[in-house]
Amino acid sequence: MNELALLIAATLAAGTPLAIAGLGLLLNERAGVVNLGAEGMLLVSAVAGFAAAHDGGSEWLGFLAGAAGGAAVAAVFGWLVVWLNTNQYATGLAVSLFGSGFSAFVGIGYVGKQLGEQPPHRVPFLADLPFVGPALFRHHPVVYLAIALVAAAAYFLYRTRAGLLLRAIGESPQSAHALGYGVRRIRFAAVVTGGALCGIAGAYLSVVYTPLWVEGMVAGRGWIALALTVFATWRPARILLGAYLFGGVTMLQLHLQARGVHVPSQFMAMLPYVSTIAVLALISRNPLWIRLNMPASLGKPFFPGA
Amino acid sequence: MNRSFTRRIALGALLLGATLAACSKKEAPPAPAAAPAPAKPEPLKAAFIYVGPVGDAGWSYSHDLGRRAAVEKLGADKVTTTFVEKVPEGPDAERVLRDLVAQGNKLVFATSFGFMESIVKVAKDNPEVRFEHATGYKTSDNLRVYEAKFYEGAYLAGVVAGKMTKTNTLGFVGSFPIPEVLRNINAYTLGAQSVNPKVKTRVVWVNSWFDPPKETEAAQSLLNQGADVLLQNTDSTAVLQAAERNGKLGFGWDSDMSAFAPKAHLGSVALNWAVYYEKSFREAMDNTWKTEVTKWGVKEGMIDYVKPASFLPADVQQALETAREGLKTGAVAVFKGPLVDNAGKEVLAKDAVADDAWKGAINFYVKGVEGKVPSGN
Repeated sequence: MNELALLIAATLAAGTPLAIAGLGLLLNERAGVVNLGAEGMLLVSAVAGFAAAHDGGSEWLGFLAGAAGGAAVAAVFGWLVVWLNTNQYATGLAVSLFGSGFSAFVGIGYVGKQLGEQPPHRVPFLADLPFVGPALFRHHPVVYLAIALVAAAAYFLYRTRAGLLLRAIGESPQSAHALGYGVRRIRFAAVVTGGALCGIAGAYLSVVYTPLWVEGMVAGRGWIALALTVFATWRPARILLGAYLFGGVTMLQLHLQARGVHVPSQFMAMLPYVSTIAVLALISRNPLWIRLNMPASLGKPFFPGA
Repeated sequence: MNRSFTRRIALGALLLGATLAACSKKEAPPAPAAAPAPAKPEPLKAAFIYVGPVGDAGWSYSHDLGRRAAVEKLGADKVTTTFVEKVPEGPDAERVLRDLVAQGNKLVFATSFGFMESIVKVAKDNPEVRFEHATGYKTSDNLRVYEAKFYEGAYLAGVVAGKMTKTNTLGFVGSFPIPEVLRNINAYTLGAQSVNPKVKTRVVWVNSWFDPPKETEAAQSLLNQGADVLLQNTDSTAVLQAAERNGKLGFGWDSDMSAFAPKAHLGSVALNWAVYYEKSFREAMDNTWKTEVTKWGVKEGMIDYVKPASFLPADVQQALETAREGLKTGAVAVFKGPLVDNAGKEVLAKDAVADDAWKGAINFYVKGVEGKVPSGN
């Protein structure tokens, strides 16, 4: 029983960076921009977050720097794809490569450095409950922030005017433009916000989850977050579910191994991608489903004059 | 349209260029000796290629430490070295090796198993240059191999772990189920059993040499299930740090990692390549270099248990010292019969001592390790 609680706790902690990064990418994609540079953004924000937390001595400074770093990389990407209309996929890949090289380069001085001790986190009273205490109420605040962010994003997208506008731009930038909205400005804002969220996820990895910096430490989680947006069919609540699911299968696999039960971990490693392809195949089966689920202008550049 | 396309290409090239620039660097460019004194021989030019970045506090870092220490010992006027880090295994390695030969290096070290095919090819084409390959097994007239008996270090860690564990459960975070890693898991367990027969080892595979978050998760799952002393053969400090955060114990691997976990760090299984590099440089300089297979361990000082924690009780220190002396004198052999695997089958007969072929073909867990070795079938 106790072990199950620990497994649940580990799942929440593992799913959190995926959820926050996936949510950021979802906001981009809802506005019609695919940012394949997620891995690079996560790496840059991980090193920025670690550096700030190390030099500034405060975790929260780390998150701030991580968000700023992610937003800065996203701003470069946004400028390229939104204002210069470069191909989103090629630019995203370039940003991904750039981010991994750049983060390794600026992070050289931080390899092997360490952060101060983390105090244990406890939600008052609730943390002492049997079972649910260790499972749900002894997490870093960012774990709860992820849930709040998902709720906020869902509210924003479906209950506010600005959210409606964002979705409209993702569906038909031409129509939004004809109505007098600044499509490029809004897309750019979405990209930068998405980058900042990815930045928080990156900082979580290097400051809280595995408090160290080494190059390449994100190890593919950016790609999983990208897959997650498709898996979730661009819906915030499903992002959260998917993130916990992907985090959970990894943790379950590791726990089973520790018990001596062997599950092929290669299979688990490909699960996020396989399930993403399955979802894509499913929603692509008829045009209505695609239209209901996928932002129509996804990946397409927008020329205001055209 | 055309302009923007050119612009895109240019930009892409720029980004790629910046990435590549960030990925490679060299040290100590061979300075042209200004008017060398006639009596003084040319310094030996040696080059190293590393698979990882030097600063990773792991495998490549240990080779670089060895390179620097050996150069220091012999003097920079006798040996000049170059290195290229983050060389991908595969065709790129061959290009880098040829490049280093073209630069006039007379002794070239490739420090990862995956460089094997590349170095074999380049060695064949350059008979006047001497090549060395770490952890490989293919040799020729001008190519030789060397490796460290890592499992001796794992055995020493096991001795300490067996004494220190309170739950009698050890944890091991493994990279890939290959003989080298299985050797380490078994040696760790055998070391622990030599002082505490009740010890069991649990293993979690992460299928990566390097994925710190996943290493953390694996360590956490072992700790969650009662393991209280962890060892890993992955390349980061994540496992040790996870032990520290949970108030449990762990070891450093490849290099001294004591700084990362002052409370959890029991000691580090550290490589010292300097002893070998120094020998190799000397042999190349006085032309006694010849092809051979070198496997060095605690005795030669290539592997050791360093920075034992100050809080180790006296009896643990004593046990560690005894085991280390035993390995040095040969009184202790890590793999000595009778040995049975964890399914009860005898794998080494009574009093038999394992030879290299046996050690190279390990595909089982010894008794005391839980679970089954993952396999392709």
